Amino acid sequence: MTERFEDACIISGIGQSEVGRRITKGVMALTLDAALEAIADAGLRPADIDGVVSWPGAVSRAEGLAPASPGSSGPGPHAVIDALRLNPTWHYGGPETPGMFASVIHACMAVASGMCRHVLVYRALNEATAWRTVSERVSADAGGVTGPMQWMLPFGAFSGPTWMGLYARRHMHEFGTTREQLAAIALNARRNAMRNPKAVFRDELTMDDYLSSKMISDPLCLYDCDIAVDGVTAVVVSTRDHAPDVAGSPIHFEAVGSALGGRASWDQWEDMTQTAATSAGAHLWSRTDLKPADVDVANLYDGFTILTLFWLEGMGFCGKGESGPFVEGGQRIALDGELPLATSGGQLSAGRLHAFGHLYEACLQLRGQADDRQVEGAKVAAVSAGAGPLASCLLLRSDS
Amino acid sequence: MPLPVPQITDDNAAFWTGGRDGELRIIRCTSCGYYVHPPSPRCPECLSDAVEPSAVSGRGHVYTLTINRQAWVPGLKVPFVLAIVELDEQPGLRLLTNIVECAPEDVAIGMPVEVTFVERGDAFIPVFRPAAS
Repeated sequence: MTERFEDACIISGIGQSEVGRRITKGVMALTLDAALEAIADAGLRPADIDGVVSWPGAVSRAEGLAPASPGSSGPGPHAVIDALRLNPTWHYGGPETPGMFASVIHACMAVASGMCRHVLVYRALNEATAWRTVSERVSADAGGVTGPMQWMLPFGAFSGPTWMGLYARRHMHEFGTTREQLAAIALNARRNAMRNPKAVFRDELTMDDYLSSKMISDPLCLYDCDIAVDGVTAVVVSTRDHAPDVAGSPIHFEAVGSALGGRASWDQWEDMTQTAATSAGAHLWSRTDLKPADVDVANLYDGFTILTLFWLEGMGFCGKGESGPFVEGGQRIALDGELPLATSGGQLSAGRLHAFGHLYEACLQLRGQADDRQVEGAKVAAVSAGAGPLASCLLLRSDS
Repeated sequence: MPLPVPQITDDNAAFWTGGRDGELRIIRCTSCGYYVHPPSPRCPECLSDAVEPSAVSGRGHVYTLTINRQAWVPGLKVPFVLAIVELDEQPGLRLLTNIVECAPEDVAIGMPVEVTFVERGDAFIPVFRPAAS
């Protein structure tokens, strides 16, 4: 394997605000809580931070493919830079990327290229508060819908479950995937959430609960959908030279994946039995000698249950169309199984931190700090972000 | 809130207003014959800029569907069917749309459908119904 930019970078620190559905702190306060915790965890002071990157930045409307519903963006880099009086050599926030981990990959590029030594990366959300206080979750200009949303909103395709319901139905049609198999993802997440004090839903969830729950956009029901929360997660991506000075323990980047292998569109995506997870996953494995069998913990994106199936297939943990049987019954994906999934409870039960909850949890697992849900001997973790045409993934390891 | 309308511009007017004449109009390359959707000023197949709206048959089949049961906005009538319809003219030439004039549970992948239009504001929204056999 030739030299990769991943080798130049580490995650030196992690931080996470309180997470919940009824939090009184504002999203800027939560953002600064997470950022300062990550900076301190990295053994740094704010003045050491010379780069700031966030996805999607402060956006209030979607002209591209990234969602811009109330509470989904939080403060952008400019607001955080000013609040902490940072003087970065590089900063960036923007939504038109290969999914949410584009910010992490962007930070790695900034470090590997020599632009920065310590880049603060964060994802800020306050969707729980926003959805309680905003009457219209979908805002359309009086002048009519523009951009890519014009091909969806006039038909009532307002939200993720309707878009992903289309994909889920096609996967069921071609491969015989069942609702019980989707349920295995939701039930596994809940079992793990019961071991995570920060998870928002910690009551037992049964197959009967799942099968009798409200259908949202057939075949996706209530428990196929993740939970809007307020919460912010931050990491610091540093140059590898900083590893000896890290306060916790450094996490190494083995490989990243970000390739887009289809049309840049939700509704024009060619093969709706898969997402850009397939191209991003193949891209990741092309950058490392490790194999899917080397992964100890997989915190794969679960904005909807079906998305985890797409990531399992896309990252090669099972064959194309085989993800349903792979997860059925849940033993293989449990904490003591062959491939533990969503060890924090994921977005389905711990709350939608938009892939950064998975990243934070993966770092805890690799540092051996996941308490009651620790996967013994976890040394390699896969994390992934996104749906449809938005996809990025990371392979992390604890050994240098 | 009623269903939103698209903002009609020079680039999308043929698609959104063709229904006034009962026609579904898709941008087509006059050089190689490829249909281009959403509209673009250049053919992605042969890169020609000689593209213009062209009426299609309005016939196709259901590639996939979902029955939406959640009222995402006040006043949204549910359930309704959202579907991806692939038009007969070209493999992969697809629209996200609604299937109307039949019970949601009766819509199936592969079902033949034909276009009809719903007038809303200045737009004629192309939706599909089961094809007359």
